[in-house]
Amino acid sequence: MKKKSKEYSIGRSKGTLRAQIWKNRHYYLMLLPAVLYVAFFCYAPMYGLQIAFKNYKVSLGITGSPWIGFRNFTDFFQSYYFGTLMKNTFILSFYSLLIGFPIPIVIALVLNELKGKTKKFTQTLLYAPHFISIVVLVSIMTSMLSPSQGVVNTLLEMFGMERNYFMANPDYFRHLYVWSGVWQGMGWGAIIYLAALSGVDVSLHEAADMDGASRLQKIIYINLPTILPTIIIMLILRVGQIASVGHEKVYLMQNAMNIETAEVISTYVYKRGIINSNYSFSAAVGLFNNAINIGLVLVANWISKKISKTSLF
Amino acid sequence: MKKKKITVFDIVIYTITFLLILIVGYPLVLVLSNSVSSPDMVAAGKVLLFPKGFTLEGYKAVFADKDIMTGFFNTVFYTVVQTLVSLAVTLPAGYALAKRNIPGRNFFMMIFMITMYFSGGLIPTFLQMQKYGLYNTRAAIVLLGTFSTYNCIICRSFFESIPKELEEAAEIDGCSPMRTFLQIILPLSKALIGVMVLYVAVGQWNAYMDCLIYIQDDFKQSLQVVLRRILILAQTASLAEEGGEYAAALADREALLRYSAMVVSSLPLLIVYPFLQKYFDKGVMIGSVKG
Repeated sequence: MKKKSKEYSIGRSKGTLRAQIWKNRHYYLMLLPAVLYVAFFCYAPMYGLQIAFKNYKVSLGITGSPWIGFRNFTDFFQSYYFGTLMKNTFILSFYSLLIGFPIPIVIALVLNELKGKTKKFTQTLLYAPHFISIVVLVSIMTSMLSPSQGVVNTLLEMFGMERNYFMANPDYFRHLYVWSGVWQGMGWGAIIYLAALSGVDVSLHEAADMDGASRLQKIIYINLPTILPTIIIMLILRVGQIASVGHEKVYLMQNAMNIETAEVISTYVYKRGIINSNYSFSAAVGLFNNAINIGLVLVANWISKKISKTSLF
Repeated sequence: MKKKKITVFDIVIYTITFLLILIVGYPLVLVLSNSVSSPDMVAAGKVLLFPKGFTLEGYKAVFADKDIMTGFFNTVFYTVVQTLVSLAVTLPAGYALAKRNIPGRNFFMMIFMITMYFSGGLIPTFLQMQKYGLYNTRAAIVLLGTFSTYNCIICRSFFESIPKELEEAAEIDGCSPMRTFLQIILPLSKALIGVMVLYVAVGQWNAYMDCLIYIQDDFKQSLQVVLRRILILAQTASLAEEGGEYAAALADREALLRYSAMVVSSLPLLIVYPFLQKYFDKGVMIGSVKG
């Protein structure tokens, strides 16, 4: 703290703000490409977001199209799909969070107990699915679950159960989505907790050994509290994504049969916007989605600040 | 120390580990086995673990397939170019932000942070890209997602951890900040560069949505979009039982190269990542020391 203010005062004494800026010109030059990028590819689209409140016509352009206030939003709220979309999005999200969030923590705690080659091998194998694309992931799922040639159905039949076309069944969509996500992400998700676990104070473990603590007790009373701040930060970040189910995987898993549970807000935006060129309406739905996300991050952050004094900002 | 004996705890830990290996490993082995089995055996659902009716026809079909090969090379192009551009944009920005006493630093930090939580979204970005004339260009795929604030923060944290004395010494020797960055800091940043390459390259290699949205011409299409057409749309077509010769031909082709295409498309990353593992284990730690 002291050092920082000293540096600052030295900087000040060297001259005016302009001299300061000139002195640091190299650094501004280094920032320039990134600033240009966010200006053109992040902020320019944000400016374009005004079409959510307009009746966008390609011929009139973004600024030239007439304002229509909140009509796109009210249209969406009153549309037949609104309830289903919200329900599908939130159920899918909460389900993912509920299952997908704790599993990497457990895996990290387990991996942390392993040693040497076993640990290395297990870790490397568990990371593998992260490097597989979702196109391939969904194809693996489709083929393993295929009603005619899939392994799962072959096994089901062996045990005297009926074959099931899982991928085309709306009742299974959520389970398949969530558990395939767990399969793909659990190892990778554990990395951050493993890193946090490597920071566990060794003297705590030694003291616990003296007191005759079991390994399970050491996990519960030493390891878990050590990684708790990391867990909370990750949780806040995840909560902020509750309203945004990525459309990439859902879109790949959709088909005419499971659409009643598989349509979420983001796939709807994609279809109405890009495929049907319904720009203003889709932009409004996207904005609505983004607003919910920001609200959720702020709430999660606020709660966490109150309870644990850990927060993002 | 006490004599080592097998406790209930050990049994539980190793059982979980075994189950994890089984759950993650089985589908991977299955795909590999299917890729070298005869399509008849695969179609009959006979391949449960080991290959049946060994053949490499599937791989031959993949390498003879013009669409897949075009997609493969396009993806290599997109991945390599985007990774380079991304490094050139992100690393210097992270370095500059690591300097605490630059006027306006907080302002820049803020304009970057905002993009993490708020964005124009799919449609406005799409319209903007059209406006720039980037629709259906390779540049669109390379540029989109080139810079991410998250990666930039990881870079910043890493550069903050490098001792200041190094830079001060360079400055006294008359090194400009740019030269210090290029000749002194970057050579010390191999772990960081490894992590960045991994993040960007994996993301681009496996992405399909940007190409689906922005690329129209087949000869510019990426591997994942081609795979989607072959693997998933073919499945949906047979699902909808839309009959017809086209669907039947598609289904035949799909049956032959389905699994080998999955293997060929995933193999480059699966071969490379174990070598980079030490970097990404480290990289997460770099990222978690943010402040």
